[in-house]
Amino acid sequence: MEYFVQQLINGLTLGSIYGLIAIGYTMVYGIIGMINFAHGDIFMVGSFIAMILIVALGITAGAGFIVLILALMLVLLMAMLFTSAWGWTVERIAYRPLRGSFRLAPLITAIGMSIVLQNFVQIVQGARVKPLPPLVSGGYTIMDGNNFDVQISNIQILILVTTVVLMGVFTYIINKTALGRSLRACEQDRKMASLVGINVDRTISLTFVLGAALAAVAGFMYLLYYGVIDFYIGFIAGVKAFTAAVLGGIGSLPGAMLGGILIGLIETFWSGYFSVEYKDVAAFFILAAVLIFMPSGLLGKPEVEKV
Amino acid sequence: MAALNAAPAAEENIVVASLKDAILAGVLALILFSIIVGLRTDAGAGGLQITTEWDRVLWMAAVTAVGRFLLNIFFWKRAGGPKGLSDVLPDFNRAGHVSRFLGPLMLGIAVTLPFIVMVLVPGQSRYYVDLGVLVLTYVMLGWGLNIVVGLAGLLDLGYVAFYAVGAYSYALLSQYFDLGFWVCLPLAGILAAFWGIILGFPVLRLRGDYLAIVTLAFGEIIRIVLLNWFELTNGPNGITQIPRPTFFGLDFTRDEGGFADFFGLEYAAIHRIIFLYYIILALALITNWVTLRLRKLPIGRAWEALREDEIACRSLGINTTNTKLSAFAIGAMFGGFAGAFFATRQGFISPESFTFLESAIILAIVVLGGLGSQMGVVFASLVMIGGFEMFRNLEEFRVLVFGLLMVLIMIWKPRGLVSTRNPTVFLKERKAVSADLVSQGEGH
Repeated sequence: MEYFVQQLINGLTLGSIYGLIAIGYTMVYGIIGMINFAHGDIFMVGSFIAMILIVALGITAGAGFIVLILALMLVLLMAMLFTSAWGWTVERIAYRPLRGSFRLAPLITAIGMSIVLQNFVQIVQGARVKPLPPLVSGGYTIMDGNNFDVQISNIQILILVTTVVLMGVFTYIINKTALGRSLRACEQDRKMASLVGINVDRTISLTFVLGAALAAVAGFMYLLYYGVIDFYIGFIAGVKAFTAAVLGGIGSLPGAMLGGILIGLIETFWSGYFSVEYKDVAAFFILAAVLIFMPSGLLGKPEVEKV
Repeated sequence: MAALNAAPAAEENIVVASLKDAILAGVLALILFSIIVGLRTDAGAGGLQITTEWDRVLWMAAVTAVGRFLLNIFFWKRAGGPKGLSDVLPDFNRAGHVSRFLGPLMLGIAVTLPFIVMVLVPGQSRYYVDLGVLVLTYVMLGWGLNIVVGLAGLLDLGYVAFYAVGAYSYALLSQYFDLGFWVCLPLAGILAAFWGIILGFPVLRLRGDYLAIVTLAFGEIIRIVLLNWFELTNGPNGITQIPRPTFFGLDFTRDEGGFADFFGLEYAAIHRIIFLYYIILALALITNWVTLRLRKLPIGRAWEALREDEIACRSLGINTTNTKLSAFAIGAMFGGFAGAFFATRQGFISPESFTFLESAIILAIVVLGGLGSQMGVVFASLVMIGGFEMFRNLEEFRVLVFGLLMVLIMIWKPRGLVSTRNPTVFLKERKAVSADLVSQGEGH
């Protein structure tokens, strides 16, 4: 039982990170119907920017609690800002010229951009892994077992709380603001949206900006949670997050979060109870199974084709 | 006349507008590069150390701004000037029209390449023949994937799985059962086709991007299994000492009874490379020939019908299950052949060689060439793989350039280098069809 709860906490933490990345995939897919393969690498860029800022500002675990939290907030905000600029630029360079072109073209440029981003970071920052000493340490024991204590670390609390807060803010943006309205309008019908005076190009750009900002948060949390990053983390995380988006029903925002959490849970439980080596196989296998029996994912709208 | 008079005023506007645009681009570049380039982190004593590289950032921003300014002045904003890359660069579409001559010509070059190379650059002939082998491997893989993506319109992001199945089939069969290359080659193809059917079966109901992601997942699953099934595949260490192919039982060794000895030639290492070159050339040509033949058979027409419209296809009484599975199986079979060849050429394989990047490169070759176009695959392989080798001296920048090339070619020609299609069915006269009229790889 204790072991189960522990895995549940770990899985939720990992799932939150996947979920935040998955939202970027699902938003872009919902609005322009393309797989943004470079999104995983945007996450990686966000993680790198956060890491560089933490080192440059000289933030260490030694600072007082309040100072540390404020400094990390500052790093997070700056990382979101700079990563958003990257997201915007990628869209502008690689996807906008292909708007209205056939569907495989942006997929190939996305794969190209992914290769470019990965190698760019490798060249300018070096190929070696970047270790960062733990900044947020400590935690609580929440269940006393006979021979196994369930612990939740401060960093896990931080990740879960940040995710919940961000999801709240994000839901507010999508449901209540003018940007959210135009986003949803473009998702339903781009041509109609432009007829009622929505600047479609700008809305699409903002989608990429929002997605990149969330990916930066995920990158920041990944950095704090694992303490080690390299230029290759974007690929695996990206594939998992995309799997999560498809699992939850691509195009559906709550679905992306749900899918992310499910993938995180499957992965942790599989490594906890069966084998660590095959944890990715488990995630992909469940994805295939879900798609075969529910082809539009858990919360997705079924695609109806009219002839 | 009026246009001429208006020209100077317009010219001034262009300069001002271009300047504004260039400054904006420069500022954006400054923002983008400031942190990730300007502050380099390196592991040092007591954790990561920062080195500042502001000069690099300034240079990169300056290059961006100046480049953008020049492009604006000379291309984008200039009245009557070329509007985009497509007006400046050569038009590969003509290749579609003159293919009657171009095809045989390229075939002739391909057949005689080892000898041309040996005459022209005797010192480096080994390198160039080896490069030819590499390009032809990708041509073959491209042609194999073209059946699945270009003809049947099923977007497959995990093609490398079948390449891996073929390579491991040969490696394992030769290791455990002592079988030679020529026995294993058909077996590898059959096994890969078998896996194509196994993996194709569950995805029959999926379409479009769902199909793409599941095939990607299957590709990763096969790689992870190869990586972790230590007892069978030796895991990440791979399989070494895979036997080389023989020429009707003759080995390419220095010993007595080897190829050189039998024909009374002086032993040279290049004999084997040339032999490998002709094997892959023959395999690639078989792939091409089979594809061209299949397109004229009912099954090939069913593939193309499936690509255009699945519902119409079904209402015409075509069995879509068999059609899809046969596309997967035949595409996979050629991937398997190529895999077996790869194993015998390298002599060593490990799961490292079968990553997603490989699938992406093969798919990029098919799409950049122009989906469904056999000639396009050849051009794209030459440009991407040959070009990749040309940039050898760029070292670490090579992959970066490769990625940029992918993006640029796609923006330049979204429909691929060869964007006209030759119809298989026609009335009286064969007219090239623009690719815009063909639905492609949308995974129906």
